[in-house]
Amino acid sequence: MKNISLTIDGRNVKAQEGMTILQVAQSSNIEIPTLCHHEYLEPYGACRLCTVEIIKNDKTKLVAACCYPVEDGLIVKTSSERVNKIRKIILELLLPLAPTGPLYALAEKHGLCECVKKSDEESEWRMIKELRFPAEKPTYCTLCGLCVRYCTEIKKGNVIGFIGRGVDRKISLVPEENCGFCRDCENICEGGKFFSLLEL
Amino acid sequence: MKKLQSTSDMEKLRKELLQKKDSSKSCISICSGTGCHAYGCEKVVSAFEEELKKQKLKCKVEIKRTGCHGFCEKGPIVVIYPEEICYLQVKIEDVTDIVSQTIKAGKIIDRLLYTDLKTGKKVVHESEIPFYKNQTRLIFGNNRKIESKNIGDYIALDGYNALVKALSERTPEKVLEEIKKANLRGRGGGGFPAGIKWESVRNALGEPKYVIVNCDEGDPGAYMDRSLMEGNPHSVIEGLIIGAYAIGSHEGYIYVRQEYPLAVENTELAIKQAEEYGLLGKDILGSGFDFTIKIHRGAGAFVSGESSALMSAIEGKVGEPRPKYIHTSEKGLWDKPTCLNNVETWANVPFIINKGADWFRNMGTDNSKGTKIFSLVGNVNNTGLVEVPMGITLREIIYDIGGGIPNGKKFKAVQTGGPSGGCIPESQLDLPVDFDELNKVGSMMGSGGMIVMDEDTCMVDIARYFVKFLSQESCGKCTPCREGLRHMLRILDDITSGKATEEDIKRLEELSEVVKEASLCALGQTAPNPVLSTLKYFRDEYEAHLQGECPAKACKELIQYYIDPEKCKGCGLCLKKCPVGAISGEKKGVHTIDVEKCIKCGACFEVCNLDAVSKISSKERK
Repeated sequence: MKNISLTIDGRNVKAQEGMTILQVAQSSNIEIPTLCHHEYLEPYGACRLCTVEIIKNDKTKLVAACCYPVEDGLIVKTSSERVNKIRKIILELLLPLAPTGPLYALAEKHGLCECVKKSDEESEWRMIKELRFPAEKPTYCTLCGLCVRYCTEIKKGNVIGFIGRGVDRKISLVPEENCGFCRDCENICEGGKFFSLLEL
Repeated sequence: MKKLQSTSDMEKLRKELLQKKDSSKSCISICSGTGCHAYGCEKVVSAFEEELKKQKLKCKVEIKRTGCHGFCEKGPIVVIYPEEICYLQVKIEDVTDIVSQTIKAGKIIDRLLYTDLKTGKKVVHESEIPFYKNQTRLIFGNNRKIESKNIGDYIALDGYNALVKALSERTPEKVLEEIKKANLRGRGGGGFPAGIKWESVRNALGEPKYVIVNCDEGDPGAYMDRSLMEGNPHSVIEGLIIGAYAIGSHEGYIYVRQEYPLAVENTELAIKQAEEYGLLGKDILGSGFDFTIKIHRGAGAFVSGESSALMSAIEGKVGEPRPKYIHTSEKGLWDKPTCLNNVETWANVPFIINKGADWFRNMGTDNSKGTKIFSLVGNVNNTGLVEVPMGITLREIIYDIGGGIPNGKKFKAVQTGGPSGGCIPESQLDLPVDFDELNKVGSMMGSGGMIVMDEDTCMVDIARYFVKFLSQESCGKCTPCREGLRHMLRILDDITSGKATEEDIKRLEELSEVVKEASLCALGQTAPNPVLSTLKYFRDEYEAHLQGECPAKACKELIQYYIDPEKCKGCGLCLKKCPVGAISGEKKGVHTIDVEKCIKCGACFEVCNLDAVSKISSKERK
């Protein structure tokens, strides 16, 4: 393996060939938000929350950190103005679909919401600004595909799949497949969909 | 057919085919492309066959079912050789006249000729019709000369000569050099130099290497790849074999949409013929080079035209794009080095090998060489497929070839590059058409769709139409494209129904930026183009909608139909046509429309001969 040296947010970091920007950042304790990423699963590049700015051959480009393989001399900016603007809008689009803890926590960092203490044990999330892209109703699913991919790649179950295309994309349990009820999909889900789906 | 064993076998065959050809024999060539097919050309062909039998001319006259001639507006097209007399919109009733007058007596039938729009003069020869005269029909030219299902026709016209040349006279490296030197750029949309792509696949580690023809054309209104694949499949196959030879690939795929049944049929047949002739398979023409082609039928997803999605589809997975930070030229189909090019790109290859890179570079602009086929549709007199040298202006295409805008209407915009292209206004009509110039004005070459729009088109509505198309055709994998387009469409719906505010346009612009910058694949990255370009050139139309006005009177929610009492003579035509009974009035008395009942279908507007029905803004309600 070739050793590689690159710059992330001004810090010089070492990496090995074949690593993604996200992996390098994580191993150097540099935070990049993610939603569809899971260390056990193949990089997917769907949520685009991990979008970062890179400079290569004097050209600036936006890439998904979870998929982009690092190169020697690469310059990465994980929270430039451009990047933050994109992340904020992606969260504005996703939060109304899955208004649950993990997404609120991400949205809080972009000043979209805040955590208000109700009592010593209880707190709740409150929006700071009005939602600009409301959903018809929450689906509790961001279509991150963690459940689909976990079931396929790790459990080799193929019990969950995507159906529909474009704005009609949904996840669905495939009835003819045998679900072993491992409930890993429920645990991996950050949107909360599986609480409703598996109870049905 | 005995397999051809060597390049000299091929030359012998070509000579035989040419000798057999009797040039004094008349030939009736009938366009059998999909457009003419829809007009009923098959019935015209049968009528000719019967008529020739009846008049005892069967052995003296040949009938050819050719590929698309391109002038689809005027189909079915019949051309009589050797005189090249071109008859348009031929009906079964015309067949007897054509055979007895033109074929037998050499007389020209005036009523079937093209009438020049400007001069009113009749034009006899196909090549003199302004639609054709102003084109450079290189790739598309042979379509009208050969029978799509006949490999012999292609071979007689120098077909597979470039393959012979490549295999017998050149090393793969030399072929690659020639394509690089020609600066052939991908005709499928991106315009990436084909030679450089070929080279990186050739140099990439990993075996086997694959080559793919992308015929998943799905842009609304575009059908150039379809017509080429249907009309002259061997030209694409020849290009692919040459490419495979240069790259070092032995397996190729042609990805054709299932919705193109004639393209599938003709391609399957062409592959079979090429195999029989020894042009595909083991040891092609004794050169030691092996190559096979398989067909993959697409299941009808626009996004599958994206290269990585297309490769997933061939692998049997869902056609979804994947990140291409590692290029498909290194890890493509089944993670092997893969070279994917569009139909038209492959079809250019034999010409470059036959005539040389220098000849090819003579056509076009600095960075865009050769010709490009466009599908010229919309509000234009001569709808059809046109092939022009790069660098021609939009004005020349729309006015000189397309014959301008019908019904005396004014030109408003032309949309190039398919649903992800941009709308170009009149002020840019003198723009030379090439890859870079179109990008500069916020549009793109795309695969060659060209939709002309007149003054009655609402630009906001057009942007809404394309965003709707893309929101349904997106795979839905990444957030910006799926959710961004969903909300862009909602905002555009609000604007076209007069419910939006200035703030909504701001949100629309913000979303467009994010979809463009953060989407996973080119579909998403270019999806906001229709919105961004109309906002750039037609912002006043957006603003008018905020005030409840649709300047083009196209957005249903903002208009109503009105009958002018001064003009209405009470003929009752509109009353009869109205599907919801919204029109009332006595015979010979003034009619009126009940706006509460009216569904704004426009039937009354279409049918009125006195121009008494008009569209008015809902605001000026009378």
